Amino acid sequence: MEGDDIIEVRDLEHTFDGFAAVRGISFTVRKGEIFSFLGPNGAGKSTTINILTTLLPLQKGTVRVAGYDVAREPGRVRESIGIVFQDDVLDRDLTVRETMEFHGRLYSIPRDERRRRIDDLLRVVELGPKRDERTKNLSGGMKRRLQIARGLMTRPEVLFLDEPTQGLDPQTRMRMWEYIRQVNQSGTTIFLTTHYMEEADMLSDRISIIDDGKIIVSGTPEELKNALGEDVVYLETEDDRRARETLRGIGEIRSVTESPRGLSVTISADGSHCLPQIIDAVRGAGIGISSVNLKKPTMDDVFVHYTGRDLRDTGA
Amino acid sequence: MAWEFLTVYWREMIRFVRFRTQLLASLLQPALWMAFFGVAMSSNLDRFASAIPAPSGVFSVDYLTFMGAGVIAMTTLFTSLFGGISLLFDKNWGLMREMLASPMPRTHIMLGVSLSGMTKSFIQVTIIMAFGLLMGVQFFPGFPAVRIVLSILGIFAFVGVFSLGFLLFSSTISMRLESPEGLQGIITLLTLPLFFVSNALYPIQAFPPILQALSIYNPLTHLVSGVRYFALGGDFFAVGAHYTTTTADVLASFAYLVAFAAVMYFLARQTFQKAVVT
Repeated sequence: MEGDDIIEVRDLEHTFDGFAAVRGISFTVRKGEIFSFLGPNGAGKSTTINILTTLLPLQKGTVRVAGYDVAREPGRVRESIGIVFQDDVLDRDLTVRETMEFHGRLYSIPRDERRRRIDDLLRVVELGPKRDERTKNLSGGMKRRLQIARGLMTRPEVLFLDEPTQGLDPQTRMRMWEYIRQVNQSGTTIFLTTHYMEEADMLSDRISIIDDGKIIVSGTPEELKNALGEDVVYLETEDDRRARETLRGIGEIRSVTESPRGLSVTISADGSHCLPQIIDAVRGAGIGISSVNLKKPTMDDVFVHYTGRDLRDTGA
Repeated sequence: MAWEFLTVYWREMIRFVRFRTQLLASLLQPALWMAFFGVAMSSNLDRFASAIPAPSGVFSVDYLTFMGAGVIAMTTLFTSLFGGISLLFDKNWGLMREMLASPMPRTHIMLGVSLSGMTKSFIQVTIIMAFGLLMGVQFFPGFPAVRIVLSILGIFAFVGVFSLGFLLFSSTISMRLESPEGLQGIITLLTLPLFFVSNALYPIQAFPPILQALSIYNPLTHLVSGVRYFALGGDFFAVGAHYTTTTADVLASFAYLVAFAAVMYFLARQTFQKAVVT
């Protein structure tokens, strides 16, 4: 699979004044996929992205992006990538068109080509009518869309998105996800960092959970969730105590707990396959069921499971 | 040949035109110096100066005209010293990352910023000369048209090299500092000695020996000498002192400014190549 990896990171370490921000991480990103770094603020996501985009010098380890070594050929790497920064880094006094124009000129895109790409991209992110507006007058969502358009202007092989939807309202966030998918479908590999579980879950082909400068686990969202093997079935029955006794014997059931609101049944296998069995067993014992609810683990559960704490507790 | 620095230049000039207050202040400030300080000083000094009459046959220059060159120099100094501040803002607002992560060579950032600072100085100098003429500054006395054009080019050459040196200096400091307040402090600290230990407002002939020696190393002194040479000629009398400047003197002054700018260029280049901004 060597040839299909567009980013290869081996044993990357980075220290700021004695503080180890990144402590030996290795991963690969395959051409054409959306790859996410999921983790709380301060986990080392930004440091990693800064090294991958050549903004920070490489201290230890090897990093290859788009086939080039970041330490030896930073210029080549820069030509191959696009970046959408975490905060709204737009020149307030430039217009939308000028912002794009400036970027295109930094990369020496010839004038006619530049103009054409600006027109196309502004149409894609629906900023065409705003082209002569100064960026300070744009809404948060428009600013982010403009930054994505800017990042795409150079037709990069890899687009880096650092917390692309931070601070956006839910509706705008959904739209951003749409754009990101569109960009990916047109062939751009996407490396994304986020501390939003649902974002990583919805968008990514593969996720690495990073905490405290280390990758804790990697996989597809499904793999990560299934690996927990902890689907939970919530049952409300006529007689919870008897239902509980009945369920005890079933092999895949790990535990059954009773609460005033009903029973929660933790299952070690795939819950959707166990559910009919559970219902049959309870009904077979002559107990009526008034409600059934199957809950698959979320990325939140995955995160808590692997790091031992809630992402929302970390001040993210 | 890579021309990306023109992109940085283009953006800097857009900013210059769009920041209305900055634009207006930078255009008004030199005019105000001429109008208030210039008139107040010349009405006093011209009275004293008449106590020391010019030697016969030597062209005598009034104080406002003498000071006109000083105001050109001072304005160029201030504008250039502050010129790097846009880099500091770029850095603090995260805008610089876009440039640093692009394939553009880093030296182009400082070249673009410096070139735009130089342009601003040219605009200011033009305004000072035009406004000065209105106020009675007698630049280019009796010069034929061709000589006036050459003199203006000469003045611009001096202003250009001088501003380049200080813009690169300012860029270096801006890249190394965290806050605009720090830059402001350093600039204030520098402008006083640079400005007053020079021949901008008065002749250095009457300075104590130490100050006189220091003023010779002051780039501002060389800028003022150059501007006066082109604006007033190589032989004139002002504020009780006889000024004679040969072509060799002017070339030496110019060479000094070029050397100063070259040193600043290497300092700035080093700083930019090592800069890490995240």
